[in-house]
Amino acid sequence: MFNTAMTMSDLMFLLKGAGMTLAVTGVSVAAGTVMGILFGVIRVQIGPWWAAPLTFILDIFRSVPLLIQLVLGNAFQSIAKLGWGPFTTSCVILSLYTAAYCTEIVRGAIDAVPPTTRRAARSLGMTWGQDMRHIVAPLATRIALPSWIGLTLGVMKDSSLVLWLGLIELLRASQILVTRLQEPLFILTVCGLIYFLLSFPVARLGGYLEKRWSND
Amino acid sequence: MIEIQNVRKSFGLLEVLKGIDLTVSKGEVVTVIGGSGSGKSTLLTCINGLEPIDSGKILVDGTEVHAKDTDLNKLRQKIGIVFQQWNAFPHLTVLENVTLAPRKVLGLPKAEAEAIAVKQLTHVGLADKLKDYPSRLSGGQQQRMAIARALAMSPDYMLFDEVTSALDPQLVGEVLDTLRMLASEGMTMICVTHEMKFAREVSDRVAFFHKGVMAEIAPPAQLFESPQDIELQKFLAATH
Repeated sequence: MFNTAMTMSDLMFLLKGAGMTLAVTGVSVAAGTVMGILFGVIRVQIGPWWAAPLTFILDIFRSVPLLIQLVLGNAFQSIAKLGWGPFTTSCVILSLYTAAYCTEIVRGAIDAVPPTTRRAARSLGMTWGQDMRHIVAPLATRIALPSWIGLTLGVMKDSSLVLWLGLIELLRASQILVTRLQEPLFILTVCGLIYFLLSFPVARLGGYLEKRWSND
Repeated sequence: MIEIQNVRKSFGLLEVLKGIDLTVSKGEVVTVIGGSGSGKSTLLTCINGLEPIDSGKILVDGTEVHAKDTDLNKLRQKIGIVFQQWNAFPHLTVLENVTLAPRKVLGLPKAEAEAIAVKQLTHVGLADKLKDYPSRLSGGQQQRMAIARALAMSPDYMLFDEVTSALDPQLVGEVLDTLRMLASEGMTMICVTHEMKFAREVSDRVAFFHKGVMAEIAPPAQLFESPQDIELQKFLAATH
């Protein structure tokens, strides 16, 4: 018969870690998406040459491993005496990391809206803002959604790296339990299951929206 | 009145309009014919201000389209344009496609915009498609929806850019019938077309474009029966 030393209190400890994972992911994806939309629109509007400095900075966040970004970012905030805690530092770094990827998703989605459709909108007397709001935004959202869902799920899993800054999120909580209970397979299975339960609704929401919009 | 005065326009090194002069009076129907790359479509997008011009002037009711202080968005409200590709807004229903600009650009209340849209959609024979998405319509129906969308802004002028070119042959007739109806109602129209029979039938004048130049312009009977320009003669011989 299967036995485990894991108690309800240990499970609650894991769930608390999952709450931290959700908080870091939620803040980072929200802030990163807002920045990504802003940077993506800027990149499309001002063209590749003028956007080159912005693209270069975002490429750094896309190219350097997240763990290195977290460690360097934490060191930078200490040296600059910003006084950020691990949660704030983690969210700032993860937000910029998310923004770097989201910018490309947004840029690609806007570029994929047929120019002729936009020209038709402008020919009806719509301003640039009205065209962006009523034509480009809804169409680009449909195009970007699958990639954005993938990014969100990726950031949720990548957020496990913030354990290096001392945050006790889901993976770190699991490690602590593994060290204490010496049941790595069982605890990591529970940890994986919780990650799945966190990710599944996001993935399904994406599937639902895609299906709903495909009726257009 | 639309006044086109010595308009020149280039794309890079290629000059597509080489000094076009044309005046279209209120209520007049002018069709523009000519081979591919002769500058016909470019002229329409220049009239609407969608393309800048290099020199010359285009005046719509006395307002210079390309003047720096011209409010193009406002000017476009009186110049409807329908393109070869109908460019439906795919995320909106037929009714929403037609009400969007009246609501957002003209600021009409939803009910009023919908009343106008239903009237225009009925006008073009799409009264039973209000709730459908464009993807469920045929090409001809989508093109008629695009015409209703432009008409819903109550434009003074309509520009049609080869609106039947992308349609299957059996769908061309329904769109041309819509244009004939508009012409008979007195709408001022400039139609770029390859449909010679249609041009002959509805036009007050027909203009022949060749390599960026308006080589000949005349009433349809004169232009089709006794063409003066050698290139026009070749073009008509090839299209008959």
